[in-house]
Amino acid sequence: METSTEKKTIFSIGTNDHELVFDRPKALSEKRFTYCPGCNHGTVHRLIAEVIDELGIKNRCIGLASVGCSVFSYEFFDFDFISCAHGRALAVGTGIKRIHPNAVLISYQGDGDLAAIGTAETIHAANRGERLTVIFINNAIYGMTGGQMAPTTLLGQVTTTTPEGRIPERIGWPIKVCEMIAPLSGVAFCARTSCHDSKNILKTKAAIRKAFRAQLEDKGFGLVEILSNCNVGWKMTPQDAVAWVGTEMVKEFPLGTYKDVFADEKEAIRASAKEAAEKSTQ
Amino acid sequence: MAILTTERINLGKGEKSERIFMKGNEAACEGALRAGCKFFAGYPITPQNEIPEYMSANIWKWGGVFIQSESEVVAINMVMGASAAGARAMTSSSSPGISLKQEGISYIAMSELPCVIINVVRCGPGLGNIAPHQGDYFQGTRGGGHGDYRTITLAPNSVHEMALFTYLAFDLSDKWRNPALILTDGTIGQMMEPVDFSEMPIIEPPDKSEWCLNPYQEGRDRHLISTIYLLGEDMAPIHERLIKKYERLKSEEVRYSEYITEDAELIIISIGSPSRVARSAVKLARADGLKVGLFRPITVWPFPYKEIREISQRDNVKAILVAEMNWGQMVEDVILAVGDRKPVHFISKHGGLTFTPEDMLEPIYKIFANPNCPDTLFRIDPRIE
Repeated sequence: METSTEKKTIFSIGTNDHELVFDRPKALSEKRFTYCPGCNHGTVHRLIAEVIDELGIKNRCIGLASVGCSVFSYEFFDFDFISCAHGRALAVGTGIKRIHPNAVLISYQGDGDLAAIGTAETIHAANRGERLTVIFINNAIYGMTGGQMAPTTLLGQVTTTTPEGRIPERIGWPIKVCEMIAPLSGVAFCARTSCHDSKNILKTKAAIRKAFRAQLEDKGFGLVEILSNCNVGWKMTPQDAVAWVGTEMVKEFPLGTYKDVFADEKEAIRASAKEAAEKSTQ
Repeated sequence: MAILTTERINLGKGEKSERIFMKGNEAACEGALRAGCKFFAGYPITPQNEIPEYMSANIWKWGGVFIQSESEVVAINMVMGASAAGARAMTSSSSPGISLKQEGISYIAMSELPCVIINVVRCGPGLGNIAPHQGDYFQGTRGGGHGDYRTITLAPNSVHEMALFTYLAFDLSDKWRNPALILTDGTIGQMMEPVDFSEMPIIEPPDKSEWCLNPYQEGRDRHLISTIYLLGEDMAPIHERLIKKYERLKSEEVRYSEYITEDAELIIISIGSPSRVARSAVKLARADGLKVGLFRPITVWPFPYKEIREISQRDNVKAILVAEMNWGQMVEDVILAVGDRKPVHFISKHGGLTFTPEDMLEPIYKIFANPNCPDTLFRIDPRIE
């Protein structure tokens, strides 16, 4: 996703006949990503930064770094950040947000962090309706520690701790975070998207924007679960890994919006307008 | 100002005096609020429930936030967040809950964030019981969680000290950018005594915008709070800095109190509720002509090793007696200070049982008869004669 040095040089010495059409979002730092080649973390980082730039909230943002592959996410964003213990980001975020209600809190967590060791933190922050924006990377594996089973590992999926594939009689089924938190009253927005093709990447960006809106407009908890690849942990080529997200992961984790107060509000307005219209015609 | 303070105490009786009759746990809260505590998160556990209850009823009036968290683990991490955001923040619990908080305390210490933690110790290990105990002395003085760090640990023995030490803990915690712990026991937390708040004026919490996380980032470099340094070359200098901080803390912050120790031939060393019983035992023994004194560490970390060493060097001191409601923890610190200079004795109450002055008098008589009385002589290793 980075602009090459060569291109940058052209821009910097460029005359007025060159137009800058693609650059690093301001919310990203100059640090080069350290993620594995082919991984979607970089894609999602960029989407978040673009949304923050577009909303003009960079100077109000406070990031919550978690534990997993994204443990160094604080290196790549250019605003206040705190590195949290494994699974505790939303507890730390709650403390910060309650002291600075006008800050914009962004948590970036993987499946082990958010849906295993931090399940209680996730459910209760959502249920309290904490004004937090949560980006949840679901790649069905523990990447950082070398490819162990995640709570979201698919049935039959081989990992270093499910060498015969995930067998539900031994270790249960993939956990469904969106389906689990959507019924909670504190949740304002909750959607599952994917990054396996450009169309879905754009949908992911739209969902991230809404998850920020939920916080900025004081509606409640906002979470985007993003199906992401881990070519290294899955022992696939990047192309195969991305394809596997689009063919296999989406079967277990259906994409879609699970909770959307904005849509609900629109629906309510439409319904009341319709009712009023019906009344006036009667 | 004085009228304002009493009005803020939610007793509903309209007292005008600053002397208030209250429980130890409530007094700690009042001390915290006066020190500018603006965030409290906690989880119910006996015998400390009055703390979250008092905070939930009062902190909002002071412009603060109360959250009943889903676990102790979460409470300490919420406190970490509030502290990182620049607020004076506190949590409280009792022994099993403090074990759960240890992960967070380790992260807070390494992040060099200030906060106050109250441990109203009950009997362990395991679920144990809800009776007063001192089994968390090691946990409270050796850091408690993973890695090298210490908490500034204060041990109150009265309701007044619950308030005063909590108030002081916020200052110490901010001064040293380190978590501070109130290590007390169920008796002190639950008992009622008058508290004089005149020496605890309401203060505005300090401004931490120089380093804290906040939404006012225009025109400044970003603030980063992290505990991870992958390379030894990066981590070692951080450790060096922390080691120096803890060494300075040991030199500057030791606190203790002495009760008629000048001419004493036997010095009792005790903290918390047993130190109150020891005071009675000292009076009773003195009435019988036995010169007994009481030395009470107020900071159990940093521990007053130097003062206890000096006591052990006095010619008139024949022996030292440590009284604890556990299997023998602080006595190890006393041994570190005393060495072989004088015999160190240990008497214990455990299981949730508490001392009476008579429990202490009997060994006192025996030690006066024989300073090396084997009944109570403490041996760090039973194989050493």
